[in-house]
Amino acid sequence: MSSVQSIQSDVRNFVADNFLFGEAPESLNNDDSFLETGIIDSTGVLELVAFIEDRYSVEVDDDELVPENLDSIDRLINFIESKLKELA
Amino acid sequence: MCGIAGIIQSDRQPVQQTELQNMIETLNHRGPDASGVSPLGSVGFAHSRLSIVDLTGGLQPMQSPDGMLTVTFNGEIYNHIELRALLSSKGYQFRTHSDTEVILHMYAEYGPECVQQFNGQWAFAIHDQKQQLVFLSRDRMGIRPLVYTQTPGRFLFASEVKALFALPDVERKVDLAAMNQLFTFWSPLPPRTFFEGVSELPPAHSMIVKNGQIKIWQYWNLDYSPNEEHRSLDDWAEELRALLINATQLRLRADVSVGAYLSGGLDSSVTAAIIRNFTNAPLNTFSVNFNDKDYDESQFQQEMIRELGTDHQTVCCSYEDIGRIFPQVIQHTEKPVLRTAPAPMYLLSRLVKENQFKVVMTGEGADEVLGGYDIFKETKIRRFWSRQPDSKIRPLLLKRLYPYMKNLQAQSPAYLKAFFKIREDEINSPFFSHLPRWDLTAKLKTFFSDDVKQELVNQDPLTDFSDQLPEHFSKWPSFCQAQYLESINLMPGYILSSQGDRMAMGNSIEGRFPFLDYRVVEFAARIPVRYKMNGLNEKFLLKYAMRDLIPDSIRKRPKQPYRAPDAHSFIDTDKQKARFEYVERLLSPEKLKESGLFQPTAVQRLVKKIEQGRAIGTRDNMALVGILSTQLLVEQMIQGQPAPQENKRTESAALQT
Repeated sequence: MSSVQSIQSDVRNFVADNFLFGEAPESLNNDDSFLETGIIDSTGVLELVAFIEDRYSVEVDDDELVPENLDSIDRLINFIESKLKELA
Repeated sequence: MCGIAGIIQSDRQPVQQTELQNMIETLNHRGPDASGVSPLGSVGFAHSRLSIVDLTGGLQPMQSPDGMLTVTFNGEIYNHIELRALLSSKGYQFRTHSDTEVILHMYAEYGPECVQQFNGQWAFAIHDQKQQLVFLSRDRMGIRPLVYTQTPGRFLFASEVKALFALPDVERKVDLAAMNQLFTFWSPLPPRTFFEGVSELPPAHSMIVKNGQIKIWQYWNLDYSPNEEHRSLDDWAEELRALLINATQLRLRADVSVGAYLSGGLDSSVTAAIIRNFTNAPLNTFSVNFNDKDYDESQFQQEMIRELGTDHQTVCCSYEDIGRIFPQVIQHTEKPVLRTAPAPMYLLSRLVKENQFKVVMTGEGADEVLGGYDIFKETKIRRFWSRQPDSKIRPLLLKRLYPYMKNLQAQSPAYLKAFFKIREDEINSPFFSHLPRWDLTAKLKTFFSDDVKQELVNQDPLTDFSDQLPEHFSKWPSFCQAQYLESINLMPGYILSSQGDRMAMGNSIEGRFPFLDYRVVEFAARIPVRYKMNGLNEKFLLKYAMRDLIPDSIRKRPKQPYRAPDAHSFIDTDKQKARFEYVERLLSPEKLKESGLFQPTAVQRLVKKIEQGRAIGTRDNMALVGILSTQLLVEQMIQGQPAPQENKRTESAALQT
């Protein structure tokens, strides 16, 4: 599995286990906005950040806590990739 | 306080005494001192009594001297002494000193309009033999409960649903539309209750049952239209103070001792301070504290105890206490709850009972009436921000508003804007003030089963609520709109019911609320908004009016909403398992499938997340409490398996003086 696929799989599993209690995981598209669909609340944002920091050993700065980085599977993957590149 | 019940046979069949007895026995907790049943041909009334006024003379159901009127009454008419004088001047003679007899004569003199002259909290039914009708009424604010249902040939009413379910012809079924409303607004919208076919007489409504037909009307409503801008701050403060003192004095009318709750907040401190400074009544106060310091307010309670020199009792509440008593709590609420906050109130009323008190004064209603809730402040900030949606500074006010919400503190303006609904289409909604709360709550419906979701697919609770708004609602200031929504929805449906009447009456305790004296409520509706909330200083006029009675540390402390621990009361994260057998059983896939209301896999995911101690927010907590309380209700009231008796030995709360 390529790293992008692996990140995608990790992120999707995390979102499904923690936010999609009553929804079928396959119903979530990679470009669906978490905010528009109401999947996460203010706690959910922090849970996402904690997951990224723990899973990928990166630090997320306060100014990176914006929907552009965190508001869909695709955006999360891009954000995680860019953080990993910073580390490389 | 008391419990009432009754049967009206529209088919003219005589009412059976045993049925009345079966109904009233379920309400023993509301009136343990005496009970009575009166089968009167095709109408029958029942009553369980908690004797507070005229301990020997107020037995019910009570008849007028000519036998033409019979009443069964739950509540208090505080101005019964003044009304008695009025009636005496008109030639009425009295056999007792009770307010119940005053109701009978007032109805004889004024008919259904008599309630306009009542100052109090009530739910009653009067059988008028001459007119061949039954007249029922409920107090203005919805303090006392009154539910009813119709079966073929019969109309049945009672204080609580369990009395209706004591009769075999009453069907027991969940009302899915009510569930939809509750999982949006925290309470069904009256007249709906959680049970299909069972209705609630809304607050400030009266009703006539005649010839099998029912007629319901509203006799009073809140109105924020008249705004007297010309009056000075001191003038407003003086009148508020005089009204509150009088409202408190009236509510001390009882032939038993009256205690007071003391939470450490402004409202209960004001009530206790008035009792201490303006009456000769002894001051015994009661409070609840939490082992978890996140919820504890004991330092502020101690301050007021020292200030007022009260005889004070405290009950300490742990996670385990909440989880252990939760089945009893839900048996009394008769509707699901989304937070555990009622549970500590149940322990508190038990403490009052253990100390031989029957009546407590509380500060309930001040936040709704005088503008104390965070939701009002939040609305003001959101309006302010919406005028400049791109401002980076304005959203910081929201962070200041919720210093105790760590999750919120870490949010960027972009996220705050999304969470707090700063959007064009939402700014113009009549529900602008409440949309963030209701949207957050409505997300819990993701746990509903596919069948329930399908059933509710064309239902919109907001449309239901829109239909209930008064004609001139749109002309009121935004702040007052928020006050109105809170006062007609959450206050009667949750605060005064699940957290109020039901928790107090569960231990045979009557709550009294000076801030909900209708004269205070009507007066407060006229206060200019800037005096209710000055900048972001909530209940400004109350603080100003009582500045000589309440220490600065209480008047100026940050408002802390009353909260209690939720998910941790049911699930031990250290052991990664449910704390109690009933939690495990009711959240099991088998039980969830049996009730058919929630998706088992979704609930299992939630439970697993909580067990593993992963960060959980408001939504997860509300989901667990809402699902568990719904499951308890289905088991207790639909399937008819009452909550197990508590183990008193392990359950007795730790008392501290």
